[in-house]
Amino acid sequence: MKDWVDLQQVSVHWGAVQALSQVTMTLKAGERVALIGANGSGKSTLLRVVHGLIAPAQGQVWCLPWLRQAMLFQHPHLLRMSALNNMALGLWLDRQHHLTWHQAREEAWVALARVGLREVALQSGRTLSGGQMQRLALARAWARNPQLLLLDEPTASLDPHAKREVESLIQSFSQSQPDVSLLFASHNLGQVKRLASRVLYLEQGRVLADLPVAEFFNSERLQAVSPQAQFFVQGEH
Amino acid sequence: MTSFSDSLRAAISLILSLDPVLWAVVMRSLAVSASACALGCVLGVAAGAFLGVSRFRGRGMVIGILNTLLALPSVVVGLVVYLLLSRSGPLGFLGWLFSFKAMVLAQTVLVLPLVTALTRQIVQDAENTHGEQWTSLGAGPCLRAALLAWDERLALLTVGVTAFGRAIAEVGAVMIVGGNIDGFTRVMTTTIALETSKGDMPLALGLGLVLLVVVGLMHALIAALRWAASRWNASFVLPLTPRLLG
Repeated sequence: MKDWVDLQQVSVHWGAVQALSQVTMTLKAGERVALIGANGSGKSTLLRVVHGLIAPAQGQVWCLPWLRQAMLFQHPHLLRMSALNNMALGLWLDRQHHLTWHQAREEAWVALARVGLREVALQSGRTLSGGQMQRLALARAWARNPQLLLLDEPTASLDPHAKREVESLIQSFSQSQPDVSLLFASHNLGQVKRLASRVLYLEQGRVLADLPVAEFFNSERLQAVSPQAQFFVQGEH
Repeated sequence: MTSFSDSLRAAISLILSLDPVLWAVVMRSLAVSASACALGCVLGVAAGAFLGVSRFRGRGMVIGILNTLLALPSVVVGLVVYLLLSRSGPLGFLGWLFSFKAMVLAQTVLVLPLVTALTRQIVQDAENTHGEQWTSLGAGPCLRAALLAWDERLALLTVGVTAFGRAIAEVGAVMIVGGNIDGFTRVMTTTIALETSKGDMPLALGLGLVLLVVVGLMHALIAALRWAASRWNASFVLPLTPRLLG
């Protein structure tokens, strides 16, 4: 299967700090890839490089032309306006759809209903709970029909209930569209097992392990590939 | 002390009796400063918001100059505007010198760096925190600047009030370009200066009190708006949003 994303020897620096160091990875259609590693290991930077928010200092980033991407951030930002208008704005900004503001608002009602937020549509976006904000952000991403969905620790700051809700929405989104690829950063190994088909382990900006999910959670196999990754996984349990 | 209390009593009496001279000066002051502030805010918010999200060569220098202009003395602004508007100056053909328009122009120049610099800081902070999310959704720099400035409108209201306070309280610029002509370009601060030099303390003190009350009322209005915004968050913003987007 053809690669949708191809990173070759990508490096990113923040002054003297090496955020990514010679990272090489590919992503195919329908793959669900989890990025795991300690804080500061380069997961978020890698997601931003793939999404085009950060230009690498070295290396090459290639994405399938016209690949529709959407990204979900750990703390979604909603403007000081209603949830409905926040949703509509996301759709209105999408160049693929060329919606008028009125059409975007109509679509926004549907998108909010899909994630169970119709009742709070006219409430200010700023007054929603963390879980509701993340569901709105997911609906906003979903409504753009992405082929690649990037998620930067989308459930990290949520309570267990909200975490389950958001995760089940991600699951239903990926099951309803099997060709969609997921690339997500997570500290939650249970979530990685449930959502990912492949795992990349990063440490200090380097990819130390790139394995199918079953092999990654096989301690002998992981020990052979990367003792550091095995140590990280053990520490998480 | 007796002189002060007598003057204060006379000043309050002038205010309460709606003295026509005093109120003409007050209304003219408000008109000049409000016009200048409105112009300064439109230009300054647009420029500051764009500076807050854009990255270009020489941006640091532009911000440095802007921050330096925050300390611009009003007499220097008055002098520069005077030279621009004087008969031999580049804008002399307008014939604005010693007019209402000249005072508005001078005060606009005075508040423009203040509004631009503060807006730049507010929008840049918002851009650093949330800018990438709007970039990810497809908003380019101009739209991002507009969205983030709109989102920070409560903070920008405070900037507007600060600018108004600076405009209405200055004396140097309007004195130079307005000429302090009685019934025509005489405003509160120039009247206070003149009446003090003439020894007419009640009028000077009365205008000083009105000046303080006006600025106090502006701050009270902003506090009320902030309170209303936090109380009726969604309904406060809903009607305005579609118009923003066209």
